[in-house]
Amino acid sequence: MKIRTVALNTFKEAIRDRVLYLLLFFSAVCIILARLLSILTVGDRIKIIKDVGLASISLFGALMAILMGTGLVFKEIDKKTIYTLLSKPIHRFQFLLGKFFGLVLTLLIMIALMSVIFLALLFFHTFHIEWRILLPICFVFMELCLITSVALLFSCFSTPILSSLFSLSFYIIGHLSWGLETLIKKIPSINMRAVFKALYTFLPDLENFNFKTEIVHNLPIPPDIYLYSVLYGIAYTGFVLVLAMLVFRRRDFI
Amino acid sequence: MNAALKIESLHKSFKTGFIPKKKTILKGISLSVNAGEIFGYLGPNGAGKTTTIKCILGLIFPDEGFIEVLGYPFLSLKAKEKLGFLPENPYFYDYLSASEFLDFYARLFGIKRTERQTKTRNLLRLVGLEKAAHIPLRKFSRGMLQRIGFSQALINDPDIVLLDEPLSGLDPIGRKEIRDIIVRLKEEGKTVFLSSHILQDIEMICDRVAILVEGEIINQGKITELISEKILFTEIIVSGIKPDDLAVLGGNVSTQGDRTLLKIHDEDRVESIFKLIQSSGGKIHSLIPRTQTLEDIFVGMVKKT
Repeated sequence: MKIRTVALNTFKEAIRDRVLYLLLFFSAVCIILARLLSILTVGDRIKIIKDVGLASISLFGALMAILMGTGLVFKEIDKKTIYTLLSKPIHRFQFLLGKFFGLVLTLLIMIALMSVIFLALLFFHTFHIEWRILLPICFVFMELCLITSVALLFSCFSTPILSSLFSLSFYIIGHLSWGLETLIKKIPSINMRAVFKALYTFLPDLENFNFKTEIVHNLPIPPDIYLYSVLYGIAYTGFVLVLAMLVFRRRDFI
Repeated sequence: MNAALKIESLHKSFKTGFIPKKKTILKGISLSVNAGEIFGYLGPNGAGKTTTIKCILGLIFPDEGFIEVLGYPFLSLKAKEKLGFLPENPYFYDYLSASEFLDFYARLFGIKRTERQTKTRNLLRLVGLEKAAHIPLRKFSRGMLQRIGFSQALINDPDIVLLDEPLSGLDPIGRKEIRDIIVRLKEEGKTVFLSSHILQDIEMICDRVAILVEGEIINQGKITELISEKILFTEIIVSGIKPDDLAVLGGNVSTQGDRTLLKIHDEDRVESIFKLIQSSGGKIHSLIPRTQTLEDIFVGMVKKT
């Protein structure tokens, strides 16, 4: 109940923020621009629209999660609104979870709006609704939940600018870390292999949530990969949220 | 009498700066606030008043010491359920309207919808903001924010209310209104713990006070016990007396128009001067004996330390 109250308040705060609409506008422009790009490119036009559209949803979703997530807790501390809030009968972890779910709800609605624009654009070209395209979007949403939790963690102890940089680094590293897997296979030294394995385990692999290519090109995906990705997302998000709670638990609000 | 708030040996220090340096803010605060009284917590800027309140609320964690609110440990949710708090310079969610704002806090106490609506209406009326119910807080003036802050502190009908500088930034009418509400809270049997710089207001409404200087309580007790009844000097405003005769009367003299202010420090001389003025055909406009005020005590103690 208390988590829901804080979440709904966070949602209200987010939807009254102009930055959100600016990002939504640019994402819509990018999705629609995919049509223009498809005319200029040689190849299957529909595939180009799908590719650019999905990439736009993923990129602008991540920007929303980072830009809004990093200010979530910091703004409360900076504006001192946290004083009255934590003087009420609410645990600190409930406050954090409320903030997290509030932004997740905002992202869900934004992703839904972007998806509607994307599906409408596809419909004008194919004259049928391709529901399968929603699958990679669901995984984009899962990735955004993880990025939100990371932004929330940094927001607990750092300023929004630094938190944004850290979260953006997490996003970039997360999409490049799969290269380590190839490196581990190729490296001859056992010790170095162990080091890279440890690094790969610790670093996020956001490519686990990337099913865009498979869906756009109609490639088969074994069902256990979905399951693995879902479990990976839940476990990593949960782990980061627990870390955030630990950081926040004994923090003094001077 | 039952203690609504009990603090024993409260210590708090912070590490500040690039090269962390320990700064001690509270050096063993001990005090007890009785149920149903208005307790004034006085101290100059930086004395540690807000730090004490933040410790009570669990916003910062004490290094040492013990805090009990209405018999519960200070961090327990049961204690917070019966507590109301108004921060210094209230900062609130400015994107919410006044009624949304109160509704949000009421939800945190698990208050049901119909009760929430009634409480919101009543509290907005109490603080004179019923017409501003649907205006976003970002459009509120400083005084209006103080009032809405006050109403959120009362949303759960608390047994104890902590007010950090509740009168600062208010105009005289606003101060009187808030003072009246504080007195009404006492009449309803609530305990009020307030920190303030405005000593006149504290003197008017508080039952007991504690004076905090540099993290230590240097005096506490009933105001009547702290302030001596002894007359410091008597102020007499007279007219119709020649300047030469005034010199004979003695005391500090200042003249404005045809009226002269005499400051008589020797209490025994007041009666003889009174007679002398009458016999020389002068007129007495006022005669006020000045006793010690809380401000005198406060300034004296702060200077001493």
